[in-house]
Amino acid sequence: MPVEIDIAKVARLARLALSEEDLDRYREQCEVVLEHAARVQALPTDGVAGTSHPLPRTNAFREDRITECLDTEEVLAQAPDRDGDFFSVPKILDEQ
Amino acid sequence: MSDLADFTVTAAAAGLRSGDFSSVELLEAVHKRAAMTEANLHAYLTIDRDGAARGAVAADSALKKGTAHGPLHGIPVALKDNMVTRGLETTASSKILSGYLPPYDGTAVTRLREGGAVIFGKTNLDEFAMGSSTENSAYGPSRNPWDPERVPGGSSGGSAAAVAAGSALVGFGSDTGGSIRQPAALCGIVGMKPTYGLVSRYGLIAFASSLDQIGPLTRTVEDSVAALEVVGGHDPADSTSYPGAVPDYRSGLKSGVAGLRVGVVAELNGAGIDPAVQAAVDQTVAQLEEAGATIVELSLPSIEYALSAYYLIAPAECSANLARFDGVRYGLRRLGENVEEMMSNTRADGFGPEVTRRILLGTYALSAGYYDAFYGQAQRVRTLIIQDFQAAYQQADVLVSPTSPTTAFKLGDRTQDPLSMYLSDVCTIPSNMSGDPAISVPIGVDADGMPIGFQVMAPALGEPVMFRVAAEVERQAGFTVRARHASSEVVT
Amino acid sequence: MTYEPVIGIETHVELTTASKMFCGCPVDFGAPPNTNVCPVCLGLPGALPVVNGRAVEYAMTIGLALNCTIAGRSVFSRKNYFYPDMPKNYQISQYEEPLCVDGYLDVETDGTASRVGITRVHMEEDTGKSTHVGVGGRIADASHSLIDFNRAGVPLMEVVSEPDIRSAEEARAFVAELRGAVLRLGVSDAKLEEGSMRFDANVSLRAVGAEPFGTKVEVKNMNSLRSLQRALEHEIERQAAILESGGEVLQETRHWDEEAGTTTGMRSKEEAFDYRYFDEPDLVPVEVDDEWRTRVAGALPELPAQARGRYLEMGLDATTAGLLSNDVEVGLVFEAAVATGADAQMVANWLTGEVTALLRREDTTLGATPIDGSVLAELSAMVTDGQLSASAAKDVLAGVLAGEGRPAEVAASRDLIQVSDAGELEPVIDGVLAENDEAVAKLKEGDEKVIGFLVGQVMRATGGKADPGLVNQIIKARVGGG
Ligand SMILES: [Mg+2]
Ligand SMILES: [Zn+2]
Repeated sequence: MPVEIDIAKVARLARLALSEEDLDRYREQCEVVLEHAARVQALPTDGVAGTSHPLPRTNAFREDRITECLDTEEVLAQAPDRDGDFFSVPKILDEQ
Repeated sequence: MSDLADFTVTAAAAGLRSGDFSSVELLEAVHKRAAMTEANLHAYLTIDRDGAARGAVAADSALKKGTAHGPLHGIPVALKDNMVTRGLETTASSKILSGYLPPYDGTAVTRLREGGAVIFGKTNLDEFAMGSSTENSAYGPSRNPWDPERVPGGSSGGSAAAVAAGSALVGFGSDTGGSIRQPAALCGIVGMKPTYGLVSRYGLIAFASSLDQIGPLTRTVEDSVAALEVVGGHDPADSTSYPGAVPDYRSGLKSGVAGLRVGVVAELNGAGIDPAVQAAVDQTVAQLEEAGATIVELSLPSIEYALSAYYLIAPAECSANLARFDGVRYGLRRLGENVEEMMSNTRADGFGPEVTRRILLGTYALSAGYYDAFYGQAQRVRTLIIQDFQAAYQQADVLVSPTSPTTAFKLGDRTQDPLSMYLSDVCTIPSNMSGDPAISVPIGVDADGMPIGFQVMAPALGEPVMFRVAAEVERQAGFTVRARHASSEVVT
Repeated sequence: MTYEPVIGIETHVELTTASKMFCGCPVDFGAPPNTNVCPVCLGLPGALPVVNGRAVEYAMTIGLALNCTIAGRSVFSRKNYFYPDMPKNYQISQYEEPLCVDGYLDVETDGTASRVGITRVHMEEDTGKSTHVGVGGRIADASHSLIDFNRAGVPLMEVVSEPDIRSAEEARAFVAELRGAVLRLGVSDAKLEEGSMRFDANVSLRAVGAEPFGTKVEVKNMNSLRSLQRALEHEIERQAAILESGGEVLQETRHWDEEAGTTTGMRSKEEAFDYRYFDEPDLVPVEVDDEWRTRVAGALPELPAQARGRYLEMGLDATTAGLLSNDVEVGLVFEAAVATGADAQMVANWLTGEVTALLRREDTTLGATPIDGSVLAELSAMVTDGQLSASAAKDVLAGVLAGEGRPAEVAASRDLIQVSDAGELEPVIDGVLAENDEAVAKLKEGDEKVIGFLVGQVMRATGGKADPGLVNQIIKARVGGG
């Protein structure tokens, strides 16, 4: 079953700035893999619930208790850019 | 005394306790071995000379004081570089995490430290554990100690190569679709993926959260047990951690297989399997029968679709798990006019081709209009796979198959064709989909002298019976050949 | 053609748990930047979330107060979109299987009661905060932005209403009622200005009597009840003007500009809304059984509507009852005062008048002032006993708020105690009457209006301390008019 991908749109959603050439190559490769993956559609699954998790567990809660935080310096030492005790990023264009 | 680097964990632990040698001496032997093999194998991304030295000294002093505890006390271990280690560079073999020093230890790492293990270094992997050859590392491939022109398998190829070559006594890896078992098979060692939830994932850099499990790579089944004893057990920091008590894995190791039902899975044997691999597997099955097991031929029709479903579920989860690598808080940043450009440039440059491809696949499979036909359908297929396994375990105590359809292939052989690479995991993926435990045990070599792995699968929390059968496979195979470390011939 | 607005409101409420939704970092808004952070809420590689059980109970509490059904099983999902102050670039939220569904909230708008449906109440996590550096601090002019992740991972509850609201006033009443409920439940401080309670409105217009909804516009960035009402009034007008001129309303998100009093469209990309939800594989489902549900329901405090009913029965007017019932802190002080015998309406007037005005002026809360039930009871008793006039009582209240002491001390030190002793007042009154022949004459002729003037003169002569009722009586007795 042939699969067609709007690869530029997918790359934008995934925040990947890829060249036209790369996009073409990834589109081809992804289409091949997805054609194989689309075989799942051949299996009848009427009335079958999906499994998102292999572990049949529920209600894993923690107590509402404060635990130790990280040291701000140790955290910010890993930041690509900082301004005082803030992480610094290029300007944000729009609110979500 | 033979070279300490070739000791099993069990033998080394006994030697340490009886005072035959010290942890510092053991560490020295491993350093020496690594110095011989690393130029060829590139199993390690980082060797923590200072940290390991401190660890060995502390282990020795605890041994002297008699406060040593745990089966890995004083033993040099190798950690796959997707296990976060405080203050020790952790990259997941990605350029996007180059130089990253985590401010915390993962739970498995903490348990190893508390158990007195000596953390020797961080091993190479396919970037973010995505691959089956360790060729997808941003820092260059690792090589197979049996033949450096071949891959060690992957994604835990660095840990597999290190343990096979003697530059660690035990390694840890992660297994999402076979990433521990397949490299173990290709490097002639034991690799096991525990039941989903048995080992905490806290501090494991996530690839596909519902499939990932940390597990050991060792030279023997007993060593595998020892390693699991240290890292396994409930962790409140992981909501998907199995809450019950850890069972006794050891007592069955010498019990043999008499009376056990061993299921041979039709879909994972025969077609698509290299004849030499299949012949070795058939021979092992015959040996098990001889040892008293009942052999049952079984079919799990839905696992024909496991690989397809896996290549929807794993990329979908990875597309979200890897969204956090955006150049804001840690790791690589590439400039941009605004924050969105900065993120997009960082990610495009920081991720290698395989990771990029899987993010794209997963983003597509989850996107509006395609979700139900792809991701949703894959999850329903997953349910059918689990049901097939449950039915099979009504008829058999364990299921068996080859671990990998082929032995180790040459570097570069499959890099151009993603699908051919993905097929390396066809036998291992089903157990990740069901969350059940599985182990690979070396049983022989092919005509090229490359090792062959035998897979034993068991139902959830069936580690005791899985180890019991694996131990019998190990005894029957008598696989004592070791890799020739490739120490003298530097491959360029 | 006449149009009818169709409005639905999504409200986000930050919960006042001790620790965050998925980690043990404190929920504390005053902390220095990036101090309340850990691997989990910073989205570090390898970290995993674990659900705060109390946050689930808080969300259940709100669901029950909003008459929702509590789902036996609910599931967390990942909502995928990139934003620099969201550490994982997905928000853990609930999507297909929320904790609470199908409730309602009764509201009153200008004396008219209406019922607003509640579609769902679900749990999620907050983002960090970014500050835009550069000209004017506006996003568009910024050179770069600074991020503080202290708020990232704070438990949020999202309350989604049905599109049942038909006017800007009703929208305002709905949010006020919801806020009152949240405050009474004690699960959030619900400060609109500080963003611990935030709301977006979906607005569309349709011809009156028509079935189908018009194109929906999402309006954001209102941070007070007043700005919610203004924004909606403006947006309704804007859409009506478009429709009347034969145009089409664009489906978009619009930003309320408080200063300009207008909404402006936000640049949005076509794929901005593809959130690619899927079940959060790092968490397991939440199951609520009958026992748990019953226990939480049994511990529910009184809600604003119930309190309001009681206040009306006490004889308060509707406006005062409404104000008191919506602010649980003020309401509790009121009840404490009344419990010790204070005059309900008098105390209520003080609380909703002088006290509220002062709290607003000083930007403080009642708990931070010396005013409590016993103070108001004492003050009320002084008025009823005739020791203080109504106006002197307000002076005393101001003195108490200024920290001058208990009412009796303030009244004494400010010399405000009324003279209620006829023997003391009679000579003063006689003097005033003697000096005002003309007025006395008019009064004798039956001109009652001048009595006020005469009482005023006595008050002035006593420095405001005379009991005006008593003065009035004595004057009438002396002059014998009327
Ligand atoms: Mg929300
Ligand atoms: Zn935290």
